[in-house]
Amino acid sequence: MTDRYPAYDVLAKRWTESWNEATRKVIDRRLAVPREPRFFSASEWRTLGALCDRILPQPKDRPPVPLPAYVDQKITDGRLDGYRYAEIPPQGEAWRRGLAALEAASQEAHGASFHALSAERQDGLLHRMQQGDLTGEAWGGMPCDLFFEHRVIPDITHAYYAHPTAWSEIGFGGPASPRGYVRMGLDRRDPWEAVEATCGKEEARARRNNSRVV
Amino acid sequence: MSSDPFARPRAANGRAPDVFKRGGWVPMREFSDAEAVDFVVVGTGAGGGPLLAGLAEGGFSVVGFDAGPYFRPLEDFASDELEQEKLYWTDERVVDGANPITMGGKNSGKAVGGSTVHFAMVSLRFRPEWFKSRSMLGYGADWPLDWREMWDYYARAEQALSISGPVSYPWGPKRPRYPYRAHELNGAAQLLARGAEAMGIKWTATPLATVSAPHGRSPPCVYRGFCRFGCSTNAKQSQLVTFIPRALRAGAEIRDLAMVGHIEMGRNGRVSGVHYHREGHWRFQKARNVIVAGYAIETPRLLLASASDRYPGGLANSSGLVGRNLMTQSNQAVFGVMQQQVRWNKGPPSLALTEHWNYDDRKDFAGGYCWMAQGPLPVEWVTVQTGARGLWGQALRDEMEKYNHQVGLKMVGEMLPDERNRVTLAEEKDSHGLRVARVTYGWGDNDKALIRHALGQMQASLEAVGATDIFRQEDDTNHLAGTARMGDDPAMSVVSADCRSWDIPNLWVCDGSIFPTTGGVNPSLTITSIAMRTADRIRTLAARGEL
Repeated sequence: MTDRYPAYDVLAKRWTESWNEATRKVIDRRLAVPREPRFFSASEWRTLGALCDRILPQPKDRPPVPLPAYVDQKITDGRLDGYRYAEIPPQGEAWRRGLAALEAASQEAHGASFHALSAERQDGLLHRMQQGDLTGEAWGGMPCDLFFEHRVIPDITHAYYAHPTAWSEIGFGGPASPRGYVRMGLDRRDPWEAVEATCGKEEARARRNNSRVV
Repeated sequence: MSSDPFARPRAANGRAPDVFKRGGWVPMREFSDAEAVDFVVVGTGAGGGPLLAGLAEGGFSVVGFDAGPYFRPLEDFASDELEQEKLYWTDERVVDGANPITMGGKNSGKAVGGSTVHFAMVSLRFRPEWFKSRSMLGYGADWPLDWREMWDYYARAEQALSISGPVSYPWGPKRPRYPYRAHELNGAAQLLARGAEAMGIKWTATPLATVSAPHGRSPPCVYRGFCRFGCSTNAKQSQLVTFIPRALRAGAEIRDLAMVGHIEMGRNGRVSGVHYHREGHWRFQKARNVIVAGYAIETPRLLLASASDRYPGGLANSSGLVGRNLMTQSNQAVFGVMQQQVRWNKGPPSLALTEHWNYDDRKDFAGGYCWMAQGPLPVEWVTVQTGARGLWGQALRDEMEKYNHQVGLKMVGEMLPDERNRVTLAEEKDSHGLRVARVTYGWGDNDKALIRHALGQMQASLEAVGATDIFRQEDDTNHLAGTARMGDDPAMSVVSADCRSWDIPNLWVCDGSIFPTTGGVNPSLTITSIAMRTADRIRTLAARGEL
């Protein structure tokens, strides 16, 4: 786990003036996301899980943000982006096709399923996807780089950085209504903001102060 | 307790939501479908809001339609980026062209109040010469409006929106004092100021539509920084809390969750009303006049979708220009890392700006641009890191950890009108059975030259304040304009200076679509000012019997 903001937890502010009722409801719902797939099949789910682990590898010393669950939820809820590249099908179909094509590419290159590959080999395939170098019938004409840039990346990374665990990790203040902020200038911190451990000896002080941030 | 604003319309049964009170209501006059109202206004944003208020206050019977819900910010708005996507127009639109436009939060709203519910509140005036950019600056097209008249309407709009701004503005002709004092600068804005001073160019606190002291039932801004995701305290002076309540008090009706799909033509060459979808049914509202104020995508979509045997190319389209000359604004940025903690998420995102290159013509391209301080929240910020740098994996995590030390400058740049950039109807249909918009866009050589210049200038500013790890976000756009331009010549424009269509005398267009050029500043104050002017013009024309 990151040590930049030791012991800082956005959720500690849940009952303070920084969280209104609407926000509490939204975050409660987010934390209660169903962990089982509703849209994806079991094999797609395995590929997606392995993909999420490479796009946003997570520390082992805390519960992971369940990224595949959020991808599934976005499709299940029909939450759209507001635009779609003409070459990419609607999001559910794009994901199905993209995961199948990634699996096919893995079989072709390494004779094994994507989820069973080493991290290096998985990353190798993802770099090729990002660069537009994966081709084949399984893509059905969908450019793999557009799929990577406009489906894989936003659907996974937005889910991660919309999660309180990620907010605590990067020292983001999180929800802020109605209290807002008071100290606006450079190098100013409100008492309800995260304390940064700037170097090793500061770590203990930051941890102590962060445990009091509410 | 709060009901679901998406489940069924809130503006009904003689009342509309009181946006200043949890669960509150205000009385609302209602009209029947069968009774021809004086004006139907399609859209309730920066164009529709002032029209609804101005026309209702002028004694006309008016109904405003919005496809989105009617929010009460105090009970409906969370401090959360993803949840607040509910403010955006996220219905499908197909994008293509050499530089497809990313649609959604930055350029489309779907709520009573339109995009002003989530706009960044930046309230700037056009440079006067832009209203005659063809004849005075040699590019684009002239507007049929006089800047001096606009200067007067800008002042009225600034009063109506209680703009907080600097005591004196560094560029352009004299303007009156802003009604409210400027907001305190945050760290990101202080760095913009230092950078500008190091480069020897002027900067200013940004005129913003969020109050710095109490106004009516709006409390002063608390600097929570979620402005572009809806203001949960009502400090922001969106249409939802300014002109729309005024319109209701004056007797206008608002219909939320009401999607207008077709404008009906009568036999006499005039429109007779609108077909709209609400509560599961298609209905027809009779009207003596229809004003389309759906912004640069939905406005041409509706005009094109209203085609008939007599008007095969869509309504108001004898010039063939409906949907053409779509413009967005270049929104590139440069970011870096500071030794200091900036904590750029605090306060409105753009508390300082420089318009230097809007007013200095010593450059080898047409048009201008400004740049502003930045304060993206985590989801927006990861979009930049992944989009501009292609990062993922551990490299992405490492960069995201620098969040509280990031600083950035982002431009709003003028893109030139080009008929090839346009809105058409795609074959696929939305949930109402209406064909979705296809948005085609490509940048021209001048656009690219302007972007290059701006990126270089913004980078120099960041280098001057000692930022490190500097990188450029080279592909981003924001506001929209064009697609139903105004002009003096019916062959070269869709509407007149009064926003009245040349082809059909009781069909009007009043939103960002009517811009012949888009300028190098955010468009909302100009849209608001033109809508206030149009309401006045309609009252004048009506008094003369010329409607």
